[in-house]
Amino acid sequence: MPADRHKSSSKYTSDRKMPGAFEGETVTRRRMMTMIAHSSGGIAAAAFTLPALGFALGPVFKTQQQAWQIIGVPDDFNELTYVTKVFTVVAGIGEAGQTIAYMRKRNPAIDTEPHDKFNSYIALSSRCMHLGCPVRYVEAAERFICPCHGGVYNFRGQVAGGPPVRPLDRFYTYVHGGYVYIGPRYSVNSELQRFSPRDPGEPLDGLGQYLYPSRWSTPARPPLTNLPAPPPIPGT
Amino acid sequence: MPKLPALLTRTKPASPGAETAPMHPLDAATEAGLTVVDWIDERTALSPGIRWLLFRKVPRGINWAYTLGSATLFAFLNQAVTGVFLAMYYRPDVNGGAYESIRNINDNVFLGQFVHGMHKWGASVMVILIFLHMGRVFFFGAYKYPRELTWIIGVVLLILTMAMGFTGYLLPFDQRSYWATIVGVNINSGGPLIGPYLSDFLRGGPDWNATTLSRFYAIHMLLIPGLMAALIGIHLYLVTKLGISAPPWLRAHEPEEVVEVVEV
Repeated sequence: MPADRHKSSSKYTSDRKMPGAFEGETVTRRRMMTMIAHSSGGIAAAAFTLPALGFALGPVFKTQQQAWQIIGVPDDFNELTYVTKVFTVVAGIGEAGQTIAYMRKRNPAIDTEPHDKFNSYIALSSRCMHLGCPVRYVEAAERFICPCHGGVYNFRGQVAGGPPVRPLDRFYTYVHGGYVYIGPRYSVNSELQRFSPRDPGEPLDGLGQYLYPSRWSTPARPPLTNLPAPPPIPGT
Repeated sequence: MPKLPALLTRTKPASPGAETAPMHPLDAATEAGLTVVDWIDERTALSPGIRWLLFRKVPRGINWAYTLGSATLFAFLNQAVTGVFLAMYYRPDVNGGAYESIRNINDNVFLGQFVHGMHKWGASVMVILIFLHMGRVFFFGAYKYPRELTWIIGVVLLILTMAMGFTGYLLPFDQRSYWATIVGVNINSGGPLIGPYLSDFLRGGPDWNATTLSRFYAIHMLLIPGLMAALIGIHLYLVTKLGISAPPWLRAHEPEEVVEVVEV
């Protein structure tokens, strides 16, 4: 290692005794050409790297759309137990795009979170908030139980035991024209306050809501206009 | 016919040894092979490189534990070769096509189950060999100066191998691989601040969707193998350049002139 590695030389080429140096010149023509050649190479490489990178990263920034869909009629649901409803959240990929909502009618005696037009029916997502396995509702225990790592939730979907970090996600529901509609997913913290949908394993209490920010890709609640029409009644 | 000048009709003088019997075919084949090798070597100077790579001095006392790196390399090559041929029959289609194509490989394709099995079990073998190799390097102290960079690249290769295992696990697209990948992606989302965006990147969106499987497939068979091949090249270059470390139980033999003899 040379001893004078950090010795600074003058920035003027004339001071450095370079042949053909101009007065006040700091960059020689040869060095300028080298810099231009290198930057052209850099621009050419960026011209294919950046679009490819954007192509791969694009879905992170693109907001997915999700519409209201009919999930049933009010008579399907009661206040005492959950009804299992399977519906499609991502179209065109078969069973992999389907998800389960456990649904019941809102019961003011136990559902203490404020009532609005989007929670007259409670729709809990089957996705465990530990790592995303599907929970099942065990009628006798009135608990949701996850098969993977033993997460347990009570009747309202709040954590009753095991590793889950927050209550079960919910779906917006809306009653219109004698039908119950189901909308996009939302997440809740332990007080059942609404947050934009988060992935499992992301706590939303205290610091958690800042450590796990909302994503650009998650859909906002779609407007209540243009709800899908109910299916035609046979014989009319 | 006009008489040609003597210069043009003159026959070539017989070359030395022309009168001897024609070459034995084996000798001729050897001669032909050597000619081809010489022709290539004259233009590429490959043989000094091969000599540099393969015929190098190794310390006394090395043993079978030193072959674990090569064993890992062969496990990687096994994965590469079987993977390329599995790709001929595999279809990354979420609508049941992926699962059906794996079933076709296992049930119908000649040697399909065997090649699939080599790829599947080879993955586990490779991970085991990497850890044994890493353990040998660690316990023999072979990661120390001047081989720190070799160790760092090795750790990156270990992480990339884990990523290969993670992305490859999804491809059969049965219940086990689907849910295991859901869990794996959600483990990624548990990282603070960047976790949510990382899992969006892996899925290609907020939910499992039509491009998730092809995304995993592309990462599994194009992106990471390319990176790994390049890093394995650098790793091997450094191994050759820096030489192999001696086993720790071997005392260093210092040259006579370095040892200072003090008269008392």
